[in-house]
Amino acid sequence: MTTTLPVLPVPHVPARAPHAMPTLAVWKFASCDGCQLTLLNCEDELMALAGRIRIAYFPEATRAVVDGPYDVSLVEGSVTTPEEIERIGHIREMSRTLVTIGACASAGGIQALRNFGDVAEFRSVVYAHPEYLSTLARSTPISAHVSVDFELRGCPVDKGQLLEVLSAYIQGRRPRIPTYSVCVECKRRGAVCVTVAHGTPCLGPVTQAGCGALCPAFARGCYGCFGPQDTPNTAALADRLLAGGMAPVDVMRIYRTFNAASEPFRRESERHEPGPDDDARDDAPHDAAADARPEREVPR
Amino acid sequence: MDRRAQIIDVQGLQDLVEALLARGYTVVGPTVRDGAVVLGPISGVDDLPRGVHDRQDAALYRLETRDDDALFGYAAPVQGAKPVFFPADELLWRAHRSPDGFDVEDPDGERPGPVALIGARACDLTAVDIHDEVLMRRRYVDDHYARRRAGTFVVAVACGEPGGTCFCASVGTGPCPRTGYDLLLTELLEAEHHFLVEVGTSRGADVLADVPTTVATPSDVTAAGDVVARATERMGRTLETEGLRDLLYASAESPRWDDVASRCLACTSCTLVCPTCFCTSVGDVTDLTGDVAERHRVWDSCFSEQFSYIHGGALRSETRSRYRQWMTHKLGSWQDQFGMLGCVGCGRCITWCPAAIDITAEAAALRAAAPPPGPPAAPPVPVPTGVRP
Repeated sequence: MTTTLPVLPVPHVPARAPHAMPTLAVWKFASCDGCQLTLLNCEDELMALAGRIRIAYFPEATRAVVDGPYDVSLVEGSVTTPEEIERIGHIREMSRTLVTIGACASAGGIQALRNFGDVAEFRSVVYAHPEYLSTLARSTPISAHVSVDFELRGCPVDKGQLLEVLSAYIQGRRPRIPTYSVCVECKRRGAVCVTVAHGTPCLGPVTQAGCGALCPAFARGCYGCFGPQDTPNTAALADRLLAGGMAPVDVMRIYRTFNAASEPFRRESERHEPGPDDDARDDAPHDAAADARPEREVPR
Repeated sequence: MDRRAQIIDVQGLQDLVEALLARGYTVVGPTVRDGAVVLGPISGVDDLPRGVHDRQDAALYRLETRDDDALFGYAAPVQGAKPVFFPADELLWRAHRSPDGFDVEDPDGERPGPVALIGARACDLTAVDIHDEVLMRRRYVDDHYARRRAGTFVVAVACGEPGGTCFCASVGTGPCPRTGYDLLLTELLEAEHHFLVEVGTSRGADVLADVPTTVATPSDVTAAGDVVARATERMGRTLETEGLRDLLYASAESPRWDDVASRCLACTSCTLVCPTCFCTSVGDVTDLTGDVAERHRVWDSCFSEQFSYIHGGALRSETRSRYRQWMTHKLGSWQDQFGMLGCVGCGRCITWCPAAIDITAEAAALRAAAPPPGPPAAPPVPVPTGVRP
């Protein structure tokens, strides 16, 4: 059975009463809650935020629930079950503005590693009663199912960027979220390049800024938490990593973490898959129908 | 003013730093951090990189130990003086909402006293001069830059250890600075560890008067000349500058741009370590309440897609056009715009490119592929004044 779920158009949510405080809802899908925690970690700014926006639905923070529709919905997590496909549709209908927060909601997250494997096999190996599970063959970003107004990257999102997106919404302006590489932030903060000076593999050149070059500033290579930058030359970086002695399987793995299912990283990782048909999946067309396909029919 | 060369020893260098600190300068010099020579505030010779050498090549930098106690035995630090006078993130102003409007606060009042640069190399002094030309000597003066530059004291060092990516001798900027310093040191390691000091300005002579010196002997002067001569012969790279501008204009449609784009990561590192690149973007930030707004000027780069974004999209959506823009400006149209090369031969764009792209090799490849020289080419695109390059 194939479920076809068209991407929903932007809903016509009734306009909010003038001068009323906008309402905020925070939703969770398949995720670790780290991005929601980033919002809670805005300790110094939370009171100011609460003075500007009404936190209407945020189960991680409060049991109090205000009914929708909501002016802003922050959505954490990826879509991994048939129920979640339905739920994100309802959330979209209730939300004037829908912002995804984090690598899961924006790119499918670490759980999108399932996209490269056989979920039926995983399930039979891991669970004593796999027949009770209802799951999809792929972990997909929210944008695969509904229209998204803004995707905030990161694993987790950066507190400063989250506040910038919320401030921008409150003040009715575009969020200033750069799409250039981590190297820009690394050089601006005066960090010494870990690749050039230490020989440490680093995804910074192909990864979008946002973290403030946190790992390189502590002499670690970038893990790519914020996904591909706007001009990601993943192949050229892979060539450099291979020339530096990294095994092809490790090049595959370095691209296959929190943003494994983002298109540039997915394609690059597949170029380095081990096996006789090494290049067979290069440029494989993205199977959109599979995003909404249940892994198999599940008895209810 | 006594213009004769003097000799100071290592203690004399310490005395020199202390004399500058006593005069209220913020003393900035080379120091070792995170496995590299970087510029930072220093308070004496103990903060300088002692007995270290840097091995530099394309996408490679390694700090190694020397078998002597040289204090300037390395080539270009990770950054030149750019972050000192042209910070990566400059607060231009801050405004607070008030009952009857808003008040603007000038952040310049928060700045420390003038800077004394210790150990500046010829390449970096030329780069400072280029920034002075671009930011201070033209019609519109950049006040923030001018205020940071005001009263700068320069203790230059004749470079005795060019790196594997250096080519200042090709572009005529080094290895020994000819101008732009108050005092010029040449480190002499044979026999005793001491420094030949040449005075560039009366201010330099005034500071040097606080330091015990002896008059240099002819053999000291000869030894200093040898240091520079040896350095000139040991440049790791060369760049043929003859007809460079016309070569780049004639190469606007060269297939080489596709070749370099296949390797270029568009990461911006070359531009951000370049001591002459000055492109920035200006943006406003507000707090959540909307009661405080700040305007920041941050380093930007022509390698970023957003940099060329205007209504409707980015002008340079492909990496080939970004690399062509950067290199053509640096080596070609910079000459039309400012009457000088935009490259000082420090080699940083080669060393710190994670993809090992070498501007001297790219220039040589364009030259090898170029048609035989004809009449001088016109710039492909006019560069209007007041428009960022």
